[in-house]
Amino acid sequence: MRNLSTVFLLFLGFGFLSAQNKEKDTTKIIQLKEIVLIGKKAAIYQNQAKSLGSIDEYLNKSSRINMIKRGAYAWEPIINNMATERTLVTIDGMRIFGACTDKMDPITSYVEVTNLSEATVKDGQSGSLFGNTIGGSIDLKRNKSSFGEKKLEVQFQSGFESNNSQKILVSSVNFKNDIFYFDLDVMSRNAENYSAANNQEVLYSQFNKLNFSNILGFKIKENKLLETSVIYDKATDVGYPALTMDVSLAEALITSVKYEVIPKNSTIENWESKIYFNTIKHVMDDTTRPNVPIHMDMPGWSETFGFYTKLTYSFDKHHFLVNLNSFYNKSLAEMTMYPNNPNENLMFMLTWPDVRTLYNGVFLEDTFNVSKNSNLTLNISLGNHLNTVTSQFGLESLQIFYPEMSDKKNRFLKSFGANYHFSKSGFHYHFGVAYSERAPSVSEGYGFYLFNSFDGYDNIGNPNLKNESAFESNFSIGLKKEKFRIKANASYFYFYDYIIAKTDSSLSPMTIGANGVRVYSALENAAILNTGLSFEYFINQFFTWNIQTSYALGKTNDNQNLPFISPFSYISSLSFKKNKLISEIQFVGNATQSNFNPEFGEDQTPNFAIVNINAGYTFKFDKNDLMMKIGVENLFDKNYSTYADWNNIPRMGRNFYVNLNYGF
Amino acid sequence: MKPYFKKIAILLVATIAFASCSKEVNETEMNELEGLTKIRELSNSTHTIELYSKKGELTVGFNEIKLRILDNTSDIFVKNAQVSWMPVMHMMMMNHSCPKSTVEKVADEGNLYEGYIMFQMAENASEYWDLTIDYTINGVDYSITSEIDVLATEKRTVNSFTGSDNERYLVTYIEPTEPKVAINDMKIGVWKMENMMSFPMVNDYTVKIDPRMPSMGNHSSPNNENATQSNPGDFYEGKLSLTMTGYWKINLQLAKADGIILKGEEITSNVESSSIFFEIEF
Repeated sequence: MRNLSTVFLLFLGFGFLSAQNKEKDTTKIIQLKEIVLIGKKAAIYQNQAKSLGSIDEYLNKSSRINMIKRGAYAWEPIINNMATERTLVTIDGMRIFGACTDKMDPITSYVEVTNLSEATVKDGQSGSLFGNTIGGSIDLKRNKSSFGEKKLEVQFQSGFESNNSQKILVSSVNFKNDIFYFDLDVMSRNAENYSAANNQEVLYSQFNKLNFSNILGFKIKENKLLETSVIYDKATDVGYPALTMDVSLAEALITSVKYEVIPKNSTIENWESKIYFNTIKHVMDDTTRPNVPIHMDMPGWSETFGFYTKLTYSFDKHHFLVNLNSFYNKSLAEMTMYPNNPNENLMFMLTWPDVRTLYNGVFLEDTFNVSKNSNLTLNISLGNHLNTVTSQFGLESLQIFYPEMSDKKNRFLKSFGANYHFSKSGFHYHFGVAYSERAPSVSEGYGFYLFNSFDGYDNIGNPNLKNESAFESNFSIGLKKEKFRIKANASYFYFYDYIIAKTDSSLSPMTIGANGVRVYSALENAAILNTGLSFEYFINQFFTWNIQTSYALGKTNDNQNLPFISPFSYISSLSFKKNKLISEIQFVGNATQSNFNPEFGEDQTPNFAIVNINAGYTFKFDKNDLMMKIGVENLFDKNYSTYADWNNIPRMGRNFYVNLNYGF
Repeated sequence: MKPYFKKIAILLVATIAFASCSKEVNETEMNELEGLTKIRELSNSTHTIELYSKKGELTVGFNEIKLRILDNTSDIFVKNAQVSWMPVMHMMMMNHSCPKSTVEKVADEGNLYEGYIMFQMAENASEYWDLTIDYTINGVDYSITSEIDVLATEKRTVNSFTGSDNERYLVTYIEPTEPKVAINDMKIGVWKMENMMSFPMVNDYTVKIDPRMPSMGNHSSPNNENATQSNPGDFYEGKLSLTMTGYWKINLQLAKADGIILKGEEITSNVESSSIFFEIEF
C-alpha cells in the first residue's frame, strides 16, 4: 500500500511540474473522455484493420479497458482494472443488466459492431451521468442516420476467420430524407471451436449469434425529433471453455423511444428524453458436458424499465448538463440440479431471489471556462437505490444466513467530482478529484451459492453490506505536435468498504468439488493505481508509429494484491497508408504478472508477445465500392494466455481473416 | 334512572356473552373436521369411534390422531367421555406397545378428542397392530379393540436403537411436516423403552442434527440448532435449515445432559452418515 502511494505521489509531482510551463494559446479544450470508434464509422475514419471484429476487440483497443475472457464470446469489460460491479455500461444511456449470475453476459454481448458507431469511455466518477460508478463508464452509441438529403444505402458485409471457421454475414439498409430516417441491420456470426497454438482445439468455444437492429427517426417539427429503437439479439449454443457450463440461449430485446428537442438560438442546446424497456433471458446449463458430477440448469432473467431526461444549456462561460434518470430492474435466477438417482426429487434453489431494484437519481454538471485555455468541470450525482426481495422462497433462503434480514434495503448514493483542464499550443493538462459511492450488485447483496470457478468458492451475498466508496484523483498530461503526440495519464482510487467475498470456513460448500464458501464482505480499505503512456510518431506521410503502455497496481489494506489487475502491457504498431491501401503490423504483449493473489484463484501469468499483420484495400467500381480487409493474428502461433483469461484458458493461435464490405 | 341503566347494562353484557358463546359452539362444530380425513371407524354395540388424521392413514412414525365417539342409539356425539388408548403390536414371538400420549378433549364444546401415537414399526404379512380404546361416559366404562393398519414410509422417520448406556431409545421426526427452503422449526420426540408396554419420554438430552445432501457432495447447511427441551415432558425443539429442495439426510447424535453420546456419529470426510438419521424429501 505504501509503495502504491509513493508511486502515485511521484506521478502527481510530475504532473504539477509539467503544469508550470503555461503558455497562451487557443487550442480547443479536451474533455475527459475517450471515444472508441466502432462499426462503419470506425471503418471509414479510422481505417480499422478488422471491420467485423467483435465489439470486445474494439473496446480492448482502449488503454483503459481490459477484458475478462471466459471463452471466445461475451468478454467482460473491465475499466481502470474494475469489473462490472464497479463500472457502468449503457447503450445510448439505457441501463441494462445481464441475466447471468456468472457474468457470462455483459451488456456488450447483446449488441453488435454494426449497431454501434462509437463507445464513449469515461474515467472514474466522471462517468456517473446515467448512474453510480466508481471505475468509469462506457456508453455505447447506436449507429444511425440523421435527417438530410434523400439517400438510400444498401450494404453487404461478410467475413471469415480461419481459426474457428467463423462466418460473419451482415446486411444493412440506411435510408434518410428531410423528415425521416430508417436504419436496419441484420448480422449473424457462426463460429466453431477455436484452436490455441499448435492446433490444440479448445473444446466448448463455439458460438452462434443473430442480431437484428432497427432505428426509426421522425422529425415532428423543426428541431423536434422522435426516435424508436429496437435491438433483438439471440445467441445460441455458446461455449464457455473456461467454465463448467455453457449457454444454450442468451436472448435480449432492447427497446426505446426517444424525444429530442434542439432549440435554435436558445441557451438550451439540447433536451433529450427517453423511455426504455429491455428483457434478457439467459439459459446456462451443462447438458453438453460429459462427466459432470451432477447435471444442472441455471436460467436467469433480467428486465429493466427506465427513463431519463437530459438537458444541456449554456450561458455566459457555463455549460450545464442536468440528467434525471430512473430505472426499475428485476433480476431472477434459478438453479436446478438433477440427482443421479432419477427417483429423487430435483434440487432447486433461487440464486437471485427475484430482486427488484428501483433507482432514482439526478446528475448535475457545470463546465466553466476559467480562461481561454482552461476549464473547470464540477459535477454531483445523487441517487436513491432501493432493493426489494420479492420472492418469499428467496427471502426465506437468504434468511438462513441472515435471520433478521428484511425484504427491503434502501441506500442513498452520492458522488461528486471536480476536473480541471488546461491546454495550450498542443500542450494539454488535466487534473481531477472525486468521491463516489456504489451499492452492492445483486450477486454481492443477494446471491445464493453462486459458484466462482476462478477461485473455486461458492459465494453468498450479504444484504447488510455498506455502500462501497472511493476517493479518486486522476491526472493526464499530453503534448501534440506536428510530428508526434504523447500522453501520460494516471488515476488513483482509494476505497472504503471495498466489497469482496471472504472465506467463511464454518460453511459447507454446495458445489461438488468447491474449495469452500465465501460470503460477501468488505475490506476496510483498498487502492488501485492505473497508469498509461501513449506515444504516436508520424514518420512521414505514409508511416505512423504508435506505442501504448499501461501498468496498474491494486492492493488491499494489508498489502495483498487485488485480483484481475493488469501487469505491464503494451501495444506497438507501425501503420502504412497510401491512397486506398492501408496496412499495419502490430506487437501486443504483457510482462510477467508479478502482482497476483492465489487467494483469489490467480497464478502467475507468464509474459507473452504476439504479432498481428493486416492490410486493407478499397476497390472502386462504377458506382459501388468493395472494401477488403485481410489479416493474420498471432502470426507466430504463440501459446499464451493473459492475466484476465479465466482459469488460464489459452488464447487463439494463428488466425487468418478476411472481411468484405460491398456497398451500393 | 341509575338502577334502570345498570339493569340494561347487565342485560346487554349477558346478551353479548351468550351470543358470542353460542356462535363459538357452532363454529367449533362446523370447523373441527376441517383438514382432517377419516382413517377408519371402530365400533362396539353401543358406540362407533371415528379416527381422523390429516393424511387419513396411520404410518410408521409420529401420528397425530383425532377421534370422536358416536352414541349408536341417540346418534349424538359424546362430548364428556374420559378416553385412553393402548396400541399393541402383535409379533410372532411377543407383543409390545409404542410411545403414545394421553387423549384429551380438543375443545370443551366440540366433539373431538386428540392425542398422538408413535408407531416404531409397520405391519407385515404375519405381524399386526391393534388399538384398544377405553372410555368412560358418566361413570360407565366401555372399551373397543380393533385391528389397525400401520403402513411403512419410504423415508426414515424413526430410529430405534440401544444406546451406549444399554437402554433402548426411540428418536422420531415430528416437524416440519412441510419442509421449506428456509430455517425450519424442528420438533423431535425422544422416548425410552422401559418395558414392552411403557415408553416414557426422555428428559434433558440433546439431539444433535447435521442435515446433509448425499446427492450433492454430502454438503451441509448453516445455522442449524440442535434440538433441546424447554421443559421436561416437552418435545425436543431445534432449527433445521435447508438450502434447497430435494433429498436431505438429517444425521443425528443423541447426547445425554453431560454430553456423553449415546448413539450416532459426527460427519467427517471419512464418515458420510450417522447410524441414526432422518430422511426428508421435498
